[in-house]
Amino acid sequence: MTAVRASEPPLLDHRGDPTPSQARRERWADLQDALHAEWTKMRTTPGAACLALSTLVLTAGLSAAAAAAASYTPGAAQDPTKISLTGIDLGQAIIAILAVVTISSEYSTRLIATTLTAVPRRITMLAAKATLVTGVVLAAGTAAVLTSVLAGRLLLPGNGFTTAHGYALVSLGDEPTLRAAAGSVLYLALIALLSLGIACVVRDSATAIGVVLALLYLFPILASAVTDQHWQRHLQQISPMDAGLAIQNTTNLHGLPIGPWAGLGVLAAWATAAMLAGALTLRLRDA
Amino acid sequence: MTAGTDTAYRSTTSAARDGFAQLVHAEWTKLRTVRGWLIGLLVGATLVVGVGLLAAAATHASACTIQSATGQPVCHGIPAPTIGPGGEAVNDGFYFVHQPLTGDGAIAVRISSLTGLISSGDAQPGQPMTGATPGVQPWSKAGLIVKTSTTPGSAYAAIMLTGEHGVRFQYDYTHDTAGIPGAVSATSPRWLRLARSGDTITGYDSLDGTHWTEVGSARLIGLPATVPAGLFATSPDYQQITNHLGGGESGTGGPTQATARFDRLSRQGGWSDSAWTGTQVSGDQSLSGFTQSGGTWTVRGSGNIAPQVAGGSDPGQGLERTLIGTFAGLIALIVVAALFVTSEYRRGLIRTSLAASPRRGRVLAAKAVVIGAATFIAGLVAAAIVVPIARHMLRSNGSVVYPTSTYTEVRMIVGTAALLAVAAVGALALGTILRRGAGAVTAVIVAIVLPYILAVASVLPVGAGQWLLRLTPAAAFAVQQSLIQYPQVAGDYTPTNGYYPLAPWAGFAVLCGYTAVALLVAAVVLRRRDA
Repeated sequence: MTAVRASEPPLLDHRGDPTPSQARRERWADLQDALHAEWTKMRTTPGAACLALSTLVLTAGLSAAAAAAASYTPGAAQDPTKISLTGIDLGQAIIAILAVVTISSEYSTRLIATTLTAVPRRITMLAAKATLVTGVVLAAGTAAVLTSVLAGRLLLPGNGFTTAHGYALVSLGDEPTLRAAAGSVLYLALIALLSLGIACVVRDSATAIGVVLALLYLFPILASAVTDQHWQRHLQQISPMDAGLAIQNTTNLHGLPIGPWAGLGVLAAWATAAMLAGALTLRLRDA
Repeated sequence: MTAGTDTAYRSTTSAARDGFAQLVHAEWTKLRTVRGWLIGLLVGATLVVGVGLLAAAATHASACTIQSATGQPVCHGIPAPTIGPGGEAVNDGFYFVHQPLTGDGAIAVRISSLTGLISSGDAQPGQPMTGATPGVQPWSKAGLIVKTSTTPGSAYAAIMLTGEHGVRFQYDYTHDTAGIPGAVSATSPRWLRLARSGDTITGYDSLDGTHWTEVGSARLIGLPATVPAGLFATSPDYQQITNHLGGGESGTGGPTQATARFDRLSRQGGWSDSAWTGTQVSGDQSLSGFTQSGGTWTVRGSGNIAPQVAGGSDPGQGLERTLIGTFAGLIALIVVAALFVTSEYRRGLIRTSLAASPRRGRVLAAKAVVIGAATFIAGLVAAAIVVPIARHMLRSNGSVVYPTSTYTEVRMIVGTAALLAVAAVGALALGTILRRGAGAVTAVIVAIVLPYILAVASVLPVGAGQWLLRLTPAAAFAVQQSLIQYPQVAGDYTPTNGYYPLAPWAGFAVLCGYTAVALLVAAVVLRRRDA
C-alpha cells in the first residue's frame, strides 16, 4: 500500500497545499468541468443554436444578394472574393448577440451566482465560455463562409465576372481566396471574443450589444465622412471592422490602408484588450 | 343564521383617474427616475454633438497643385465658392462676346455647329488639350446671354443650344426650360432669339428664323439699364467615375472645350455700335476666344454656368457632414428605448404596469409617446447645437460648405430629431415583440445603420446602394440631405456624395412605415400574449 503511494507524485506538499503540478492538473480538470457545464447550458437552451443558424442564413443571404447585385464595370478593379463575403458585415451582428448573451443572460437571470458558486475561479469560467463560444462561432462561421463563397462562385459569372473579362471563378484553391475565407471565419471568432469581453464589463445585454455595434459600425461611417485622406486612412487602420475585414481583399493589396493580416491583427488587439478588461472586472467586481 | 346587513368594506379613497395623460405621466416618471436611462439620453445627445465636432475638427481641406518649376506641391485653402443670386454655390465660367445693350432690345442669331474637344486624363499642366479627343459634352452650351454684369455669380438669362439636350432657356443658374430637341448640323441649324423688355428677358427658338416659339421668360430683379449682352460658349469638365475597392468611387476628369459657329446675327433696340468685346467670365482663359469674319462668329469656351454639385471636381461638402454624429447618438438612444420596455419584462414590472392599466394598447402608446418625445427633444437640442458650430469649424479649416436655405437647415435639424425619435419608438416596439434587449437593439441598428454603410462604403455597386436607401429604414437619412440634384447639371449623384434616391420627407416616411408596422404588431402581441 505504502509502496504504491510512494511511486505516485505527491498531491500535497509539506504544508498541506497542492503541489504546483497538482494545482495545474486541478485547474485543467476545473476547466474541463466548466466547459462541460457551459456546453450543457448552451445545448439545452434554444438561443445559441437559433443564433448560429441565423448567422449562417443571414450571412449567406446577404453575400448571395451582393453577388447577384454586383455588376462588371470595365476599368474598375473589383474584387469578386470580397463581394462574395459581403454577408460578414451582417453576420457579425448575430455573432455579437451570441457572444454577449452567453454572459449577460446569466446576469439578468442571476444564474451567475450559481455558476460562480460551482466554478469559483472566475477566469476559469470566462475561459470556458470563451472556448465554447469560439468553437460555436468557428463552426457557424465556416458554414456561413463556405455557403457565401459558393454563392459567389455560382452567381458572379452571370454578372460579367468571367475569364473573358479577366476574372477567375471564386475558388478556395486560390491562395488569396483561401486566406480571405479562412480569415473571415477568424474575423467572426475575434468579433465574438471582443463582444464577450465587452459584455463582461457592461453586463447588460442591450447596452453591451449597443457598445459592440457602435464600435464596429461607427468607424466606417466616420471614415467615409472625413474628407481628409490622412485621417481617413488612420480611421480605417484602427477601426476593428475596416481593419479586420482587410483580410477579405484579394486584389490591389498595396492600395489598402492596412494589409490583410496586419488588419486582422488590429482586430485581435481590440479583442485581447476587451477580454483583458472583461477578465479584470470579472475578478475584481462583486458578481 | 340570518343574513347580516353588513356590507363589504369599501375604501373611502376615490379611485385614481385612469386617463391617457395619467398613463403618460406614469411612464414619464419611470423614464425620469432610472439614472441609467437619463444618462443614456444624455450620452445620445452628447454623441451627436461630440462626433460631429470631432469630424469637423479632423477635416483640413486644402487644394494642392504641383508647381511645375520646382516640382513641389503648393497647398492653399480652397477658395470660397461663387454665390449666385439665389444664395447657392455656382460655377460661372464661360467665354462672353458682348456689346452693351441699353434699355429694351433683342438679338437673334443662327447656330449651325457645336463641336468640342475632351482633354485626355494625363494631359500636362499648362497644355490641357494635348492629346485631346474630339467630342461634345451633353451639357456643353452655346448661344445668347444677357447678364447683369461680367462679375461671376451675377444674374443672367440665356437661350442656348446644348450638346445632347437640345435648345434650353436657362436663367439664374438653377432654372431650366427645354426648347427644340436634337443636335444641329449645317443642314439643320437652329435659330435663337433673346429679347429684353424692362427687366423681363424672353427666349425664343426657331428652325427657320421666321416662325418663332417662346421657350421661356425670366424677370431679373434689379437689371441695370445698360447690360452686357451677346454670344457665349462653355463646356463643363468631364468626369469618369471609377469604383474603388473597400468603398465609394472617385472621379477623374479634365477640362473640355466647346466651339460654336454663329451667323445671320441681327439686333433691334438700344445697341451701341462699338466693337464686340471678348471676356472670360472666371475660369481658364487658355481654352477660350472668338474670331469674326464677315457675318460669321466662331466662339470657343470652357467652364460651366450652373449650380455647383458635390463630388467630382467641385471640392465642397454638404451641411449634413455636420450631422455625422447622428449615427452614434442613434445607437445610444435605441439602447435606452429598447431597455425602456425590456427591463419591465426582466424585473416583472410589466405585470404591475398592466395591472394598473389593463388596456394594454394604451400602455404601449404611452410608452411610445414618452420615449418618442424624450428622444426628439434630445436630438433637437443636439442637432441645433452641432450644425452651426461644426459648420463654422469646417469653414475655418478651409473647407467649402455649400450654402443652404434656412428652410433646408430647419428641415435637417428637425428631421434629425424626428428620425431619432421614430427609430427609438421602433426599438420600443421591437423590444415589446422580442422582450429581449439584445435582439431588439441589434435588429434596429442593423436595419437602420448597416444599409447606410453598405450603400456608402462597401463593394456594392451604386445602383444596389440606391435601392437599399429606398427600401430599408436607412432611407430616413434622406431627411439630412442638404444638396439639390439638378437634372440640367451632369454630376455624380451617388449616396457617397450625399445624394439620396428619395426626397427628404419621403425617405423619412419609409422609416415611419416600418415603425408603424412594428408598433401594430407589438400592440397585437402585447394583447394576445400572457405578460
